[in-house]
Amino acid sequence: MVAVQETIDTVKTLDIDQYKYGFSTDIESDKAPKGLSEEVIRFISAKKDEPQWMLDWRLEAYERWKTMIEPDWARVAYDKIDYNDIYYYAAPKDWSDAPKSLDEVDPELLATYEKLGIPLREQEILAGVRKPSDEAEEEGEDDNIYKSGRVAVDAVFDSVSVVTTFKEELAKAGVIFCSISEAIREHPELIQKYLASVVPVSDNYFATLNCAVFTDGSFVYVPEGVRCPMELSTYFRINEMNTGQFERTLIIAEKGSYVSYLEGCTAPQRDENQLHAAVVELVAMEDAEIKYSTVQNWYPGDSQGKGGIYNFVTKRGDCRGDNSKISWTQVETGSAVTWKYPSCILRGDGSRGEFYSIAVSNGMQQIDSGTKMLHLGKNTTSRIISKGISAGRSQNTYRGQVNVARRASDARNFTQCDSLLIGDRCGAHTVPYIEAKSPSAQLEHEATTSKISDDQLFYCLQRGIPEEEAIALIVNGFVKEVIQELPMEFAVEAQKLIGISLEGSVG
Amino acid sequence: MLEIKNLHARIEEDGTEILRGLNLTVKAGEVAAIMGPNGSGKSTLSYVLSGKEDYEVTEGSITYAGEDLLELDVSERAAAGVFLAFQYPVEIPGVPTMTFLKEAMNSQRKERGEGELSTPDFIKRVREEAKKLEIDFNMLKRPVNVGFSGGEKKRAEILQMSLLEPKLCVLDETDSGLDIDALKVVADGVNHLRSPDRAVIVITHYQRLLDYIVPDTVHVLSKGKIVKSGDKTLALELEEKGYSEIIEQAA
Repeated sequence: MVAVQETIDTVKTLDIDQYKYGFSTDIESDKAPKGLSEEVIRFISAKKDEPQWMLDWRLEAYERWKTMIEPDWARVAYDKIDYNDIYYYAAPKDWSDAPKSLDEVDPELLATYEKLGIPLREQEILAGVRKPSDEAEEEGEDDNIYKSGRVAVDAVFDSVSVVTTFKEELAKAGVIFCSISEAIREHPELIQKYLASVVPVSDNYFATLNCAVFTDGSFVYVPEGVRCPMELSTYFRINEMNTGQFERTLIIAEKGSYVSYLEGCTAPQRDENQLHAAVVELVAMEDAEIKYSTVQNWYPGDSQGKGGIYNFVTKRGDCRGDNSKISWTQVETGSAVTWKYPSCILRGDGSRGEFYSIAVSNGMQQIDSGTKMLHLGKNTTSRIISKGISAGRSQNTYRGQVNVARRASDARNFTQCDSLLIGDRCGAHTVPYIEAKSPSAQLEHEATTSKISDDQLFYCLQRGIPEEEAIALIVNGFVKEVIQELPMEFAVEAQKLIGISLEGSVG
Repeated sequence: MLEIKNLHARIEEDGTEILRGLNLTVKAGEVAAIMGPNGSGKSTLSYVLSGKEDYEVTEGSITYAGEDLLELDVSERAAAGVFLAFQYPVEIPGVPTMTFLKEAMNSQRKERGEGELSTPDFIKRVREEAKKLEIDFNMLKRPVNVGFSGGEKKRAEILQMSLLEPKLCVLDETDSGLDIDALKVVADGVNHLRSPDRAVIVITHYQRLLDYIVPDTVHVLSKGKIVKSGDKTLALELEEKGYSEIIEQAA
């Protein structure tokens, strides 16, 4: 079964230059000297007003990084990165005098976030400025979308956190939600205890680089027994040219607590490639649950593969306590090259890890993404649902590892990897590694690859559904299982984003 | 309603000619049965009528409600009232049947310049029609045709047909894979749709279906041409004598 000729023709002339968030903000910025050196790291640390131990930690990581080599095992190809041709720190000018409240924030910045659809003014969020989308109205059952609508946001612009909303209200519940820079200053005991406790400093090339030069990101601490009263989210924006973004996020959920966190990301349309190398660490103690969702929409480059973000990210969750749970949900539509494997270490007995992913690639995009589930505790379970959609001339790889240790008796895993191809010039690849050292492990793996068939399209068309809508209908059916895992507020947006990403892939 | 003149059509990919000068007229209110052996071009006729891209019309014309049908693409024909009940209804995983039905109904309404149906009106309509076809409403929450039995699939096709209210219904071997009870339900559904302003083309191998959907005219298709036409007794004659004898006589 092959896609209709018209689809193929359109894909050939494919133009994905319709990235909605490609504008840049004209704001004067304060940058570190270009390139990577001990001085630059000292500069960053000084800008952040960090204690000596933090600087020492960074410098040690830098020394380590210099001895490492860039990994090349992923199914992605890109021009060699010149690490000395990147700015490692860029902040809106005069950030040393950081704004105390939203009123002091540069209006240019606020306008940027407004344009991106990210509400930063608490009163606006409370007043329900965000309008329910048409889709939400259409589906009767989704009526409650946006009614609650309260999401605390940490907005990171290049290398600094611009503002964090709802901090006071969260503090009342005992929840700490702030930028990681602030956490290093205000809560050093928590940082020293947990930073790099999930992703060790020397874990991998990009993670080690991140340790040396990370600039900002979010910090969340949910104390024992607290159910975080609202969704937390961080919105990452790369604005400056030739600038890398090195975010660092740390989320700790103490015994019996719950938190749901969402990250979103966009960048301006630029001709050169930009590097985004983040590290995200999650720690879930006994009976705690962390739900981490990502809607990644970095600039993917143009139809010829020029420009776009290199997204090299290390995300890992540690189910440290018994019966804890960590769930990753990701919708990946952006970036020129993606290298990302959100993973779970299932250390506590009875702990549970989940990975739900939709990876959409179009144009010349390359995605190598998946997950690792490391079963260490007894009765641990994991579930992997991965949906890859490839269009244009893109390459989309699922790479996963399920590992069951000897003492992890009665571990269970279910993996399902489905790929959908649109057109005949894209590729879908599935690379699952499974290793079981415990004889009582139960592992299931299912994989399918399909094309939107002529028959499906003809069936929809014959019922009067136009082609563009028919493709959207079929694709939405394909990703449904994963969309359901997203927080309600974002499910509709994710669905729309997938539609936009595939625009131009059909006639 | 429908006038096919000297229709020649071939498979686009390899150029094999399937329809070789087919003539057929179906009037509004008429139920016409097309019968013929395997490979005579029955399914091709249904695909050419609905506009499937894999077939190329090389000669002849199809006039539908005074318009040149060949000028319209697949979804335009659907909106103009041409409905094909598939021999093998297609599965669409993850898309609830209700969503699909609503999308189809509203797309057609939009194409015709009518407003969208409200959700309560839509649900009410579906409930009514589903009841007539003995379709469990829960089945419609399941993805389109996924895991449906043969009978459920065919009933779902007839349900779509009743909801979309087409002017020209083409039933491609709707009886295949149906037990006798399901056959009766499906035939009842079709009979309900008989009306003075609607034409129905029933494509079938066997006389059996025609016991329940009694046709006004019967046409024998052989090697891409209608070789013999008659009333319902022709179907009985075919059943008795077999295709080869009738076709030989006609030649």
